[in-house]
Amino acid sequence: MPPTVTTVTLDVARYRPEQESEPTVQSYEVPFRKDWVVLDALNYVKDQLDGSLSFRWSCRMGVCGSCGMTVNGQPRLTCAAFLSAEPSGPIRVEPLRYFPVVRDLVVDITDFMRKLKKVKPWIVRNEEKPLAEGEYRQTPDQLDAYKQFSMCINCLLCYSACPIYGLEPSFIGPAAIALAQRYNMDSRDEGARERLQILSEHDGMWQCTFVGECTKACPKHVDPAGAIQQYKLTSAAHWFKTLLPWGMK
Amino acid sequence: MARPITPLLWLLFSVGGTVAALLFPVHLFLNGLALPLGWLPAPGYASLRALVEHPLARLYLFVLISLPLFHWAHRFRYTLYDGLQLKHLTALIAVLCYGAALVGSALAAYTLWSIS
Repeated sequence: MPPTVTTVTLDVARYRPEQESEPTVQSYEVPFRKDWVVLDALNYVKDQLDGSLSFRWSCRMGVCGSCGMTVNGQPRLTCAAFLSAEPSGPIRVEPLRYFPVVRDLVVDITDFMRKLKKVKPWIVRNEEKPLAEGEYRQTPDQLDAYKQFSMCINCLLCYSACPIYGLEPSFIGPAAIALAQRYNMDSRDEGARERLQILSEHDGMWQCTFVGECTKACPKHVDPAGAIQQYKLTSAAHWFKTLLPWGMK
Repeated sequence: MARPITPLLWLLFSVGGTVAALLFPVHLFLNGLALPLGWLPAPGYASLRALVEHPLARLYLFVLISLPLFHWAHRFRYTLYDGLQLKHLTALIAVLCYGAALVGSALAAYTLWSIS
């Protein structure tokens, strides 16, 4: 007897600016396979049913960070969201929340790219040592100090999960702060003070009210909420030091 | 730069939260369960009063009351600000919340001070 082919309905948000002024929902029937993730189902739609559907994806293995979407109301990497793990009934696929939609499931991430650059997510040195002196060496302990924060893949699920970012789009946001912290805690870096200046501004870390959804949403266990609270403590300690007569200005 | 007082308010919030999380359960257990249900022998009014007369006990009680009030003030401020979307009332909300924490702390200090 041939195996029964079961299907699942995908309710996909569509937005084609040249033909509609508001996003709409389109339903597709796709095969339900145990080993399929939502991204596989979207690719099935694209290849077999409707070539006009637009979405971003690349690696299919949780590394590139480009397939983040809202699946059944939650920000998820679609390459890690198994169809079989979703509740029965149609699966709703929408673009990431709080970002302008370019087309269908594709969002505009210019805002994040601008904010990311602001926190100088690279190793800042006061003076570069000459190449002849070799590399900057690090012990395993020094690596462990920041490794967790270096796992960020810029997938923006944390921004999409953050209600503060939704309310205050100027908030610099979870991933940018976690990445600032990744470099602050790197023994080779000397840029912590520059970053502190930037993140102490009005739209920096103090906007965060520790809702904690960013950490829940993070597919790489970066814990941006933890990074932000850690950073607030650093900033508060720095503030105390500036009050002392012998403290730094 | 954010307002210079921001780090101080956050520190009060943070320390207040820690105090509340660590110490409140102990007091709730002792005063709310263990003593009224007779799991532990009640210390009696006279000995409790003698304990509270010690300056360190008063300081402890002041910290126990005041810091969690600031924790509440900060949390409640943002609940109103973000949760109820009262952005236009920012200054009023801040004054009312932190003001209430200040008044509560002052009342606690006065009450503790006047025990003799």
